[in-house]
Amino acid sequence: MTEKTMPETQLPLKAEARNLSFFYGNFQALKNVNMPIYDKRVTSLIGPSGCGKSTYLRCFNRMHDLYPGNRYEGAIDFHPDHTDLLSSKVDPIEVRMRISMVFQKPNPFPKSIYENVAYGLRVRGESARSVIDDKVEAALRSAALWGEVKDRLNEQGANLSGGQQQRLCIARSLATDPELMLFDEPTSALDPIATASIEELITELKEKVAILIVTHNMQQAARISDYTAYMYIGEMVEFGETDQVFIKPNKKETEDYITGRFG
Amino acid sequence: MNSTVITAENIVLMQQVSDRLKKDFSRHLKERVIEAILFLAAFLSVFTTTAIVYILLKESWIFFQHVPLTDFLFDTQWTPLFDDAHYGIMVLLSGTITSSMVALLVAIPLGTIIAIYLSEFAPFSVREIAKPFLELLGGIPTIIYGYFALLFVTPLLQKIFPELPGFNLLSAGLVMGVMIIPYVASLSEDAMRAVPMALREGSYATGATRLQTSLRVVVPAATSGIAAAYILGISRAVGETMILAVAAGMQPNLTFNPAEPGATITSFIVQVALGDLPHGSIGYQTIFAAGLSLMLLTLVFNLIGFYMRKKYREAY
Repeated sequence: MTEKTMPETQLPLKAEARNLSFFYGNFQALKNVNMPIYDKRVTSLIGPSGCGKSTYLRCFNRMHDLYPGNRYEGAIDFHPDHTDLLSSKVDPIEVRMRISMVFQKPNPFPKSIYENVAYGLRVRGESARSVIDDKVEAALRSAALWGEVKDRLNEQGANLSGGQQQRLCIARSLATDPELMLFDEPTSALDPIATASIEELITELKEKVAILIVTHNMQQAARISDYTAYMYIGEMVEFGETDQVFIKPNKKETEDYITGRFG
Repeated sequence: MNSTVITAENIVLMQQVSDRLKKDFSRHLKERVIEAILFLAAFLSVFTTTAIVYILLKESWIFFQHVPLTDFLFDTQWTPLFDDAHYGIMVLLSGTITSSMVALLVAIPLGTIIAIYLSEFAPFSVREIAKPFLELLGGIPTIIYGYFALLFVTPLLQKIFPELPGFNLLSAGLVMGVMIIPYVASLSEDAMRAVPMALREGSYATGATRLQTSLRVVVPAATSGIAAAYILGISRAVGETMILAVAAGMQPNLTFNPAEPGATITSFIVQVALGDLPHGSIGYQTIFAAGLSLMLLTLVFNLIGFYMRKKYREAY
């Protein structure tokens, strides 16, 4: 499952969290997290509810900036240009132009299927119809949705089934050619068949882009990710190649969680 | 196997259950009394509406036996109390439409902008102060707005347009617009705030700015609620009485020029109802014909509103 042609040290980094702490008001939700994200690999975050994995994910596109009282400490070094994603000098809009996100519950906009996918291009000021047409088609093809919707691009996105809506949201976040894609439990609201198609999609997408995914489902992490991080109460307990974390974890806590003795 | 077979054992059980379900007279009576009160309350509103419609139709029927419908619709004069009486409702309708248009040109853009600001941009503390003030604006008696239009806004406008008459539809319409802003803003804001945060997050995550998120995602998602707010605004404008009676002049005048004085359906009804018309005279009957026209007009807007709510209802 995992490609092991390159040793870990030579894999290109896409991002690196350094001493990342995060506070909701006075509550510290993340404690000194250090973790690499490798380019063109799937990294999954596992851990019990409330362990901070979604909080961590949402640091990458500065989602926490939307709500007052949130504070970051430390840095996320984003490669290749070594931008610190958390720096107050960096515009969160710029960050989100490079890093896209798919949410837990499909959230298509109250627009047509076409306009949903074109949204990211339009907010970037793209207005050439031919460019948007091409990008929309390419994104829908990559999201394995083109065949199902090509004859009804003008229908409302909300008319699609739950699994299709989620693939529409993936197409929406693909259309802008992101460098890193964040997935926040993308299949937790879907049935097993829709889940399987999303998992397959994520495996295909990693050829083009770095992927960071939060999942509640350990089998899912084992199936689709190259690297796995186990988090517990705001701390990064263990990070490693998925096979190693699942088969031979270094830490006792990780083993307890993975074997179901806890969590 | 039939599980409802009666045996010695379960007959006792059934007895116990039916003991608990036995009619308790006082509980039963209380239920019936409350039911009756609830029914009466619901019935009263239906009865009132039906009665109003019945009386309007009955009295208008008498009116239309004296005045042909074609005269009512197409005559260009409205002089029901003169010896040479004319009954052209178009005259009053033009005043109503002109003043409402002026009011809506003020209330809809401003109300929408205020709603977008309060819902999407204002910090929590600003919204907590601004919204009650805004709603207070809606609680001011309209007679005060009327005198404000006549004694403050009209003189102000006359400085810019010296030939503007003392009574005019423009000043009344502008002030009426200010009066309607709170209704439009408050309801639109409620509709926008009801848009789930997940949609906004989706938009921000795509790299959209706050303004793009507000205009391209939140407003479209709240279309049905915003449309309802506009319709309520239109109904308020069409039905508004005191501001127009005080500031617009009550002179029946077939015009769509807001710089002229004019009478609206509502201000005509006030004028006539305050006079001493003999009951049963044709002048008295005109009130009901005018009232019926007003009711039909608001009914049309309510139907449009109902249709828009259905058409644009978003499932998020």
